[in-house]
Amino acid sequence: MCLAIPAKIIRTSGSQALADMSGVRRPVDVRFLENVKKGDYVLVHAGFAIEKIDPKEARETLKLLKSVSFE
Amino acid sequence: MNNTARILLGHGSGGTLTHQLLAKSIFPLFDNPILAQADDAAVFSLKGATALTTDSFVVQPLFFPGGDIGKLAVCGTVNDLAMMGAAPLYLTAACIIEEGFEISLLEKIIRSMSRAAREAGVTIVGGDLKVVEQGAADGIFINTSGVGSIARGRSVSGHGARPGDLVIINGHIGEHGTAVMAARQNYKLTTAVKSDCACLNGLVDAVLRAGPRVHVMRDPTRGGVATTLNEIALQSGVQIEIDEEQLPVTPAVRGFSEILGIDPLYLANEGKMLLFADPRSTAAALAAMRGHPLGKQARIIGRVTGKGEPLVVLRTAIGSTRILSMLTGEQLPRIC
Amino acid sequence: MKYIDEFRDKKLVSGLLEEIDRLSGQPVNLMEVCGTHTMAIFRSGIKQLLPETINLISGPGCPVCVTAQADIDAMLALARDKRVTIATFGDMLKVPGTRSSLEKERAAGCRVVPVYSPLDALELARERPGTEVVFLAVGFETTAPAIASVVSDARRQNITNFSIYCCHKLIPPAMKLLLDARELKLDGFLCPGHVSSIIGSRAYTGIARRYRMPCVISGFEPTDILETVLMLLRQRRGGAARVEIQYKRAVHPAGNPLAMRMLRAVFSAGDADWRGLGVIPDSGLHLKKPFHGFDAARKFRIAPVKTAAEPRQCLCGKVLRGVSTPPQCRLFGKTCTPEHPYGPCMVSSEGTCAAWYKYR
Repeated sequence: MCLAIPAKIIRTSGSQALADMSGVRRPVDVRFLENVKKGDYVLVHAGFAIEKIDPKEARETLKLLKSVSFE
Repeated sequence: MNNTARILLGHGSGGTLTHQLLAKSIFPLFDNPILAQADDAAVFSLKGATALTTDSFVVQPLFFPGGDIGKLAVCGTVNDLAMMGAAPLYLTAACIIEEGFEISLLEKIIRSMSRAAREAGVTIVGGDLKVVEQGAADGIFINTSGVGSIARGRSVSGHGARPGDLVIINGHIGEHGTAVMAARQNYKLTTAVKSDCACLNGLVDAVLRAGPRVHVMRDPTRGGVATTLNEIALQSGVQIEIDEEQLPVTPAVRGFSEILGIDPLYLANEGKMLLFADPRSTAAALAAMRGHPLGKQARIIGRVTGKGEPLVVLRTAIGSTRILSMLTGEQLPRIC
Repeated sequence: MKYIDEFRDKKLVSGLLEEIDRLSGQPVNLMEVCGTHTMAIFRSGIKQLLPETINLISGPGCPVCVTAQADIDAMLALARDKRVTIATFGDMLKVPGTRSSLEKERAAGCRVVPVYSPLDALELARERPGTEVVFLAVGFETTAPAIASVVSDARRQNITNFSIYCCHKLIPPAMKLLLDARELKLDGFLCPGHVSSIIGSRAYTGIARRYRMPCVISGFEPTDILETVLMLLRQRRGGAARVEIQYKRAVHPAGNPLAMRMLRAVFSAGDADWRGLGVIPDSGLHLKKPFHGFDAARKFRIAPVKTAAEPRQCLCGKVLRGVSTPPQCRLFGKTCTPEHPYGPCMVSSEGTCAAWYKYR
């Protein structure tokens, strides 16, 4: 029940930001996140950024998945 | 006081105002000898099998990236004829205009129709103009009808798909649907995607000249590729399998679809065509398409797997399958 | 698309399927609580690729499907009020009430505007001072903080022609109800990914412990879902019953504290009527007193409606509880189709019946 997609932050201004999803842009509200910077990836749901995507965890997960596939 | 020249109810009454409007804003742009006759009907001769089609255009907004209602109205009808293997020749254009519509916008639309017609090599030989009260039309509605000639051996129909046929598309899907939905601004999404609105008769001609055995041609307009494939499956009584990994979708159309939770397979296309060809003819068809500006991204996206209960199946990117049904209702943004 | 495509990799999927195959033996029942998971599973065709011993059951995680018929009828009554413009997520438009739907009311001349974000609904209220904008607040913990923010903004900016019809529900109480009902023998939960971004993994600790139930919070791409199944199988094998996070890139044990704070500032938990499950205590969100002016039910004096009878023969209730599958419903695919739906399970894009119908 939660369509949220990863988007890249293009610019921020207080609790407002502009997010980019493969060239499609939409203003998003980032009040639920601290220290959102240009270049961060966030999950956008109904016009709000609900969480930052942790690039380290993403890499770790992929590494783990690859280890399962190729052991 | 508002000095913008606007359409009045009087413009639709058939009297002086109507004739002035036609003389100033419409006839000069559609200038051709048949229209110049100014008779009740256009008169011309046609040889051999003839195709006739009609379509009405109600798009909002009227002007969008990549086109407008006028260009759409010409290309839509030209394409319906081309999909039957017909060389499009003559079009009519009937407009229903809302009282208060800016005349400069009307002229912009007419100019656009004229340009599209010229580029496609068709002539607009007749039409109609009516005006309705404010609120009774969304600015302007346009209907175009068209006739074309089918050269011998070029007849194609939706009933022609056969097991073994390969399914080709000439380029990226979902562009028109994305451009128009974004242009309506209901969801505050901005994108550089442009409508792919284009007349396909040149592309079709290039393919048919190359001589491949083409069984079906159809343009996947409203309802998208998925709906059109289902229509063909029903008409021909066949089963079609499409490969998700082969579907040409630009990143922007994908991004747009993912945000709203909609599927590019159901978004309208106005410059794309599906072609079902005998497998031995596919290489020739692809080469002919890729040699044409509107077919550079042409590729095979699937095949007809058998005869029987009509079905369209998608082979998913992870190697499984699921049924691809027709579009039911509008595609709306969802949170779930 | 970054953070999506890598997690759809075919090779990774094959590897995971092989490992799942190796570990599977006894039949297991795993419930995916989230409707978006149901959709993701069907879209990718994962079910056909899993071994037969693994049974994925769809749970009541579709907020549109679990909206009580009485609430839908109340929304339709609001739509018919000439002062009102309904703003809503697209999901609600075709949901059938006792006699009509928002789509039909719009056709009859009522103002119904689909929006992508509740922020857009508030802006609509600002732009149209002559109408009362009522936003249909449907959704679970992922969506509730967003609506809470908008209500809070409306109050701060003194936008008086805005209100919400509140139908928000909470996931953990529904999970507990299913486990207490003991209608199915469950071996594990695929927990909702984005709800958990908000509430955190700690929200499920009680469930895992009390019911000895493995809970793994899952992402939405095929590799995420498969890794989650693998993690559940491993827990089962090892006799464990823990809460684990598969969706590590987006979920933390404490969830999103800022979002939770906003949610708690505006809403309090109370009873909620779930279609198919009945009234569950403390499973719904209600506006707190300072925000009562934004409660459409109060503003427009919506009288409490006796629970409208759900259409007979509609198996939505049992489907939502995971007890029946759509093909077992006599109406499925015959009288009840996406074009002519009987119940929300067929209408909602992620409703179990719609998913089965579309992606069969």
